Amino acid sequence: MKTLQILGTGCARCDALAEAVKKAAAELGIEHQLQKVTDLRQIMSFGVMTTPALVVDGSVRATGKVPSHAELKTLLSATN
Amino acid sequence: MNPETETVAPAFPDGVAPAKPCCGGAGCGRPRGSGSARKSTGLGRCVAPGLAGLLVWWLVYRNLESLAAWLTYSVLRLDHGSHLGAAVQFFVYESPKVLMLLVLIVFAVGIVRSFFTPERTRRILSGKRMSVGNVLAALLGIVTPFCSGSAVPLFIGFVTAGVPLGVTFSFLVSAPMVNEVALVLLFGLFGWKVAGLYLGTGLVIAIASGWVIGRLRMEKYIEEWVFEMPVSNRSEEDPQNWLARVRLGGEAVRDIVGNVWLYVLIGIAVGAGIHGYVPENFLASIMGKGAWWSVPLAVLLGVPMYSNAAGIIPIVQALLGKGAALGTVLAFMMSVTALSLPEAIILRKVLKPRLIATFFGVVAIGIMFVGWLFNFLM
Repeated sequence: MKTLQILGTGCARCDALAEAVKKAAAELGIEHQLQKVTDLRQIMSFGVMTTPALVVDGSVRATGKVPSHAELKTLLSATN
Repeated sequence: MNPETETVAPAFPDGVAPAKPCCGGAGCGRPRGSGSARKSTGLGRCVAPGLAGLLVWWLVYRNLESLAAWLTYSVLRLDHGSHLGAAVQFFVYESPKVLMLLVLIVFAVGIVRSFFTPERTRRILSGKRMSVGNVLAALLGIVTPFCSGSAVPLFIGFVTAGVPLGVTFSFLVSAPMVNEVALVLLFGLFGWKVAGLYLGTGLVIAIASGWVIGRLRMEKYIEEWVFEMPVSNRSEEDPQNWLARVRLGGEAVRDIVGNVWLYVLIGIAVGAGIHGYVPENFLASIMGKGAWWSVPLAVLLGVPMYSNAAGIIPIVQALLGKGAALGTVLAFMMSVTALSLPEAIILRKVLKPRLIATFFGVVAIGIMFVGWLFNFLM
């Protein structure tokens, strides 16, 4: 069970990232829980400077972009 | 799995399809990214198609003007000298031209930007003194990837890492104002002199206003919680090889051109209307050099307009042709890109009203000064 978090204050790209992550996770068959973090202080507590950002099990994997499908699959399947 | 076609292919149909005459040229610009991608055999394989694409791009670009005239007067059979003819010719010439320039420059800037992550920029700027720091921040603002949605996280990231407040503001003014989309449009529609003036004066405003804000010692007007945030120590991600950088260039084209092409086309269409139908010098009395108040008015009008520089520049170009003064026009553009109401609302989360007001006031005064200076000199 992985915890996936999308950091972003609700911009269009954050939604795009959430959708892309859902799709990639479903394709990989990863059991997961997806959470959108929109509170600014909470976002900043991860130390990111650009949004949207993807957090997998507490570690920041991508910032400031919506990675390609292939890249997302790599990011999601990598272990900590 | 083929990652390349996945990332790069969509950029085109989206970004360029509506501008018929340029499909060929623009389409050829892209294979640099996609052709090489199949296997990671390195950059070598995409140099040849890249150069070929660039050549075709250049040939199409060079012939756009005659192509537009041919299309307007021979294919559509509009009368030379008619209002409609002038408007249509303006549109079929300017829209492919601007879109082709955008694709090329955004691609190139995308590659340059892969060298400057926000994390690296922050490391360069942290602990820098004022003055040197302000200049560096304004320059880095041009090449560091920035979108206004990230202004607040970036602000916090900079300030908590020890980048002085004034230096941070130099960056925040320069990043949205002196950007490649604005510069491309200015270059394409006005020529290199105006683009250069915009670049130079934009940097001066960013440096000066950051310096002033720094001297005013307004650190106490930052919301306290900002300083309770942990200092982030994320490593500087680097794409490592050139292939990854080229891919980032392709992504930049998809992202940026995909977002602005419609605004550009609408802007050019409105500009075409003004170009064809508004009489010469019609605007000289209200937007000309003589009217000193037109500069502050242009700045005021620019503030509520947000991030639509792409659509505004073609309109502004048409206005200039009808007698508006260059300084007024530059002031308007700078105000649109550097100051926006939505940004003020977002910044309110980290800045107290007094600092936001100072920020807007200082930048607005800088822009007005530039506007007056150009109206006076030129």
